[in-house]
Amino acid sequence: MTAIRLHINGAAIADDVPPRLSLADFLRERRNLTGTHLGCEHGVCGACTVLVDGEPARACLVLAVGCDERDVRTIEGFAGDPAMAALRDSFHRRHGLQCGFCTPAMLIAARDLIRRGRASSEVEIRQGLAGNICRCTGYTNIVAAIAEAAAALAGRLPDAE
Amino acid sequence: MKAPAFDYVRPQSLSEAVGLLTAGGNEARVIAGGQSLLAMMNLRIAAPRLLIDIARLPELSAVAEDDDSVSLGAGVTHAAIEDARQPDPSRGLMARVAAGLAYRAIRNRGTIGGSLALSDPAAEWPAVLGALGAEAVLCGPAGRRSLKCTEFTTGIFETKLADDEIVESIRVPKLSTDASWGYLKLCRKSGEFANALAVAVADPARGHYRIVLGAANGAPLLLGAAAQVLANNPGDREAMGSTIAADLDHAADRHFDSFQRNLLMVAAMRAVQQVTR
Repeated sequence: MTAIRLHINGAAIADDVPPRLSLADFLRERRNLTGTHLGCEHGVCGACTVLVDGEPARACLVLAVGCDERDVRTIEGFAGDPAMAALRDSFHRRHGLQCGFCTPAMLIAARDLIRRGRASSEVEIRQGLAGNICRCTGYTNIVAAIAEAAAALAGRLPDAE
Repeated sequence: MKAPAFDYVRPQSLSEAVGLLTAGGNEARVIAGGQSLLAMMNLRIAAPRLLIDIARLPELSAVAEDDDSVSLGAGVTHAAIEDARQPDPSRGLMARVAAGLAYRAIRNRGTIGGSLALSDPAAEWPAVLGALGAEAVLCGPAGRRSLKCTEFTTGIFETKLADDEIVESIRVPKLSTDASWGYLKLCRKSGEFANALAVAVADPARGHYRIVLGAANGAPLLLGAAAQVLANNPGDREAMGSTIAADLDHAADRHFDSFQRNLLMVAAMRAVQQVTR
C-alpha cells in the first residue's frame, strides 16, 4: 500500500492504495464515482476519460499512486462549468446518446475540444473524437451536439481551470 | 484486465532512478507517461516487478536550445509538441506528427522519450527523429552517451538502450530556413498506429536529405538511393518512383507483402511530393 493525497472534484482526499490500482478503479471502487466507465482497459475505447490537472487522460492508463498531489476531475465534478452546461444541454436536445456508456467521456473529450478551439467543423470534431468509441454508433448526433455547443459558446470560451 | 501486482517507487532525481533501475535488474522498468506500458501490463503482456516512476523528474522535462539544435527532455509529452510549447527545431514537422499520434488523452501523458525507448515499429517518433538526424542522450550508471536515432532503434521493439539506461533527452538539429519536409501516415482510423508512414526531409543548406519509412516490419527504413534523387533531381517523379521501388526491393529482409509494399510506396511518394511542391 502507498499513501496518496490528491484532490478529486475539488475535495482533498487521502488514501492508501496498492500500486497496481488504476485511477479508474480507484475512482469507481474507492470513491464511488461510477460516472467514469471502463470499457477496454487498455486505452482504446476512451470511456474512462477524466481530467488530471485539467487535461484529459485515460483513467485506465493512469495509476492511482501516480496521482499523488494531482488534481482529478470526473464527470461528477462539472457543476457550474459553462462549457459542460452547454454540452449537456445540446446532448439532451440533439439526442447525443443512446445507451449512455460512452457519454461521460464524450462530454469530457468534447469540452476539451471546444476549449482548445478544435471543434470548428464536423471534420475537426470527428477527428478530435477518434479516441472515444460509441458502440451504439450514435456519432451523427454526438457530433451535431458538440457542433451546436461549440457554436453556442463561441466568443465566450469558459475560464481556464 | 488489470495489471499484475508490482512495487512502485518515485525517485527524486535521474541519478537515483538509474540507481534503482540498476539494482532492479530486468525485473524493473521505468514508467513515464505509461501509455504503452500500462496498456501492456493491463493485457499482461508485460509484468515488471518494480515500476520506477520518472514522470516528474525535472531532468526529463528540461528543454535547451542552441544555434544548431533543440534538446528536448525525454519526458516532453506529445501534446506539448503538438501545441509547440517549446522551441521547434523542425519547422512544424514535429507538431504535425504529434497532432496525429493516438488521441489527445494519450498525447497529454505519453512522452517522446518513451515512444523512442519502446520503438514500436509503427510508431511515429523513431522514423521522424531518424529523418531529422536527431540523437538520443542515454543516462546509465557509467554516465551519459549519445546515439543517433537511426542507430538507436535496431528492430521491432528492439533498441540499443541497455537494461540500466534511461533516455534522458533527444537532441534535434534545427532545419534551415529553406528546408522543407513531407509527412504521411496511412491508417484506417484517425489516431491509430500507422499501416504505413513516410517522412521526407530536404535541407539543402545543410546537405541533409532523408526519406524514412515507418511501419516497415522492423526499425525505421532509410531509403538511401531515393534520398539521393531527392537531393539531385527532386522534380523527376519517374526517377523517384523507380528509385523508391528499388530501395524497397533492396530491403528483402523486411518481407513486405504486395499490399504493404504498395502502401509504403504511396506514403513515400506523397511525402516526397510535399517536399517538392
